[in-house]
Amino acid sequence: MTAPLLTVRGLVVRYGKLTVLHGIDLEVFPGETVCVVGANGAGKSTLLKAIMGAAPVSGGEIRFDGKPVAGLATEEVVSRGLVYVPEGRMLFGPLSVEENLRLGAYVVRDEQRVQENLERVYALFPRLEERRHQAAATLSGGEQQMVAIGRGLMSGPKVLMLDEPSLGLAPKLVDEVLETVDTLKAQGMTILLVEQTVREALEIADRGYALQSGRIVVSGPGRDLLEDDRLRSAYLGL
Amino acid sequence: MDILVSSVVAGVLIGMVLALVALGLTIIFGVMDIVNFAHGEFLMLGMYTGLLTADATGMDPLLGIPVAAVVGYLLGIACYWGFIRFLLRGPMVAQLLGTFGLMLLLRNLALLLFGSEDRGVNAGLLVGKSVAFGMGVIVPATKLAAAALSLVSFAAVWLLMNRTRVGKALTATALNAQAARYMGIPTERMNALAWGIGGATVTVAGALIVNFWSVNPYVGLLFTMIAFTIVALGGFGSVPGALAAGIVVGLLMEIPGIWDFVAYATEWDWMMDVPVTSFKYTFVYLAYFVIMVVRPRGLFGWKH
Ligand SMILES: Nc1ncnc2c1ncn2[C@@H]1O[C@H](COP(=O)(O)OP(=O)(O)OP(=O)(O)O)[C@@H](O)[C@H]1O
Ligand SMILES: [Mg+2]
Repeated sequence: MTAPLLTVRGLVVRYGKLTVLHGIDLEVFPGETVCVVGANGAGKSTLLKAIMGAAPVSGGEIRFDGKPVAGLATEEVVSRGLVYVPEGRMLFGPLSVEENLRLGAYVVRDEQRVQENLERVYALFPRLEERRHQAAATLSGGEQQMVAIGRGLMSGPKVLMLDEPSLGLAPKLVDEVLETVDTLKAQGMTILLVEQTVREALEIADRGYALQSGRIVVSGPGRDLLEDDRLRSAYLGL
Repeated sequence: MDILVSSVVAGVLIGMVLALVALGLTIIFGVMDIVNFAHGEFLMLGMYTGLLTADATGMDPLLGIPVAAVVGYLLGIACYWGFIRFLLRGPMVAQLLGTFGLMLLLRNLALLLFGSEDRGVNAGLLVGKSVAFGMGVIVPATKLAAAALSLVSFAAVWLLMNRTRVGKALTATALNAQAARYMGIPTERMNALAWGIGGATVTVAGALIVNFWSVNPYVGLLFTMIAFTIVALGGFGSVPGALAAGIVVGLLMEIPGIWDFVAYATEWDWMMDVPVTSFKYTFVYLAYFVIMVVRPRGLFGWKH
């Protein structure tokens, strides 16, 4: 069996006296799509931010591509190939679609490669090419999410972490976003996905983790999780 | 008529230089939301740098400009890494008092090093010369060169910000620092760069101004106030706004000339009796006050 690309062991995150993550264990293998689900405030975003060096790690270890990354600055983590598409998109509103995408390739110094990645993103989201000169802030919610994901792909990451990409979108667009995730998966991208649209997300995912109040309560193959009583009662209301 | 045209030309020219004075303040504010009360002190050090380079080398004061740019850049970077970086983690009041302290430090350092007397440039390629434009408009060559070089500096900074990879990263940091970090942009280095550019542009402005304005360790405050007015008028963080607002403020400073023109044209004695020249800066401060009350976001908008 191949080694995991991303390993989290006993991760503890505290904000002041408040402990948000109480020792998380998680692995992502190359080519896998892993989904983390959980209620609001469970600590899903905190988990991804801690991996990115954007939340304070007070215990445990994080290894990426065989090397420890806990304690590194966010920009250093990015340049190693771990990219985070933040919750709420965080686009550079006044800048154009293309400028946003190019900023996603900041760590890529080779203009040739930037151009190739740009073409790949436009192939994935033809709508963005049509609107390449439009200010990101003036796009629709669905289009903005395309920019956010596209921007995350621009550096050619080894692992793409998506934080609630369907947040605030109409049901039809939620499906579209999840289809995009499925397409990326089919292209071989390694994905760590956080979603509230639990059922659909777990159907796409190879494996899933359910997070409750900062602890992993269930983990396993996506479809098994969907059958799990604890998860069904807690998150699906079934 | 001559007075009017002369005043307007003089206002536009000095306005371009003042815009360069304000440029660094607006960039620094745009990138990290910190107001630098020591901005005028950077300018004062730029004036001394221009002056002392000329004195020490016997070369023309204009050659002090590149020296001032280097000094200002290094000073800005050093201030950021050594001091400002720590202030950013503190509350707003710490930032205000912190840069205020930096102002006092730089001023007293200048007093110690250079003494308190007024000093000026009295020899040089352009000093004492002037260019006639017809219509009675005669402009001192030093001011013309200062305006032209300010425009060149402005264009250089604009190109850097808009046409280069590092400039885009600086813009991204200004718009959303956390998002910029998620792109892999080292935002701390971008902050330092903003201070470097801010320091370099304002010291270059100082080296230009010292050709026609005498310097003492207290000269900074006036320019800090003028720069605040320009940044408020042009929009906090806006580079083109600073240029437009600089010219407006330059014209405001020439109100006495325009006043004289109206007084002579209308032959209204009461206007001639008002010593309006002594209120040169009052109009600038008045404009600042009015903007702050009427449109605190600046006349030309806001960075976001
Ligand atoms: N910077 C912070 N300072 C203090 N507490 C924080 C901070 N960030 C998050 N928290 C707290 O940590 C807990 C987990 O937050 P987190 O954003 O990780 O939840 P989440 O699972 O992503 O929720 P959601 O589904 O609403 O996005 C919450 O109780 C939140 O209030
Ligand atoms: Mg979240």
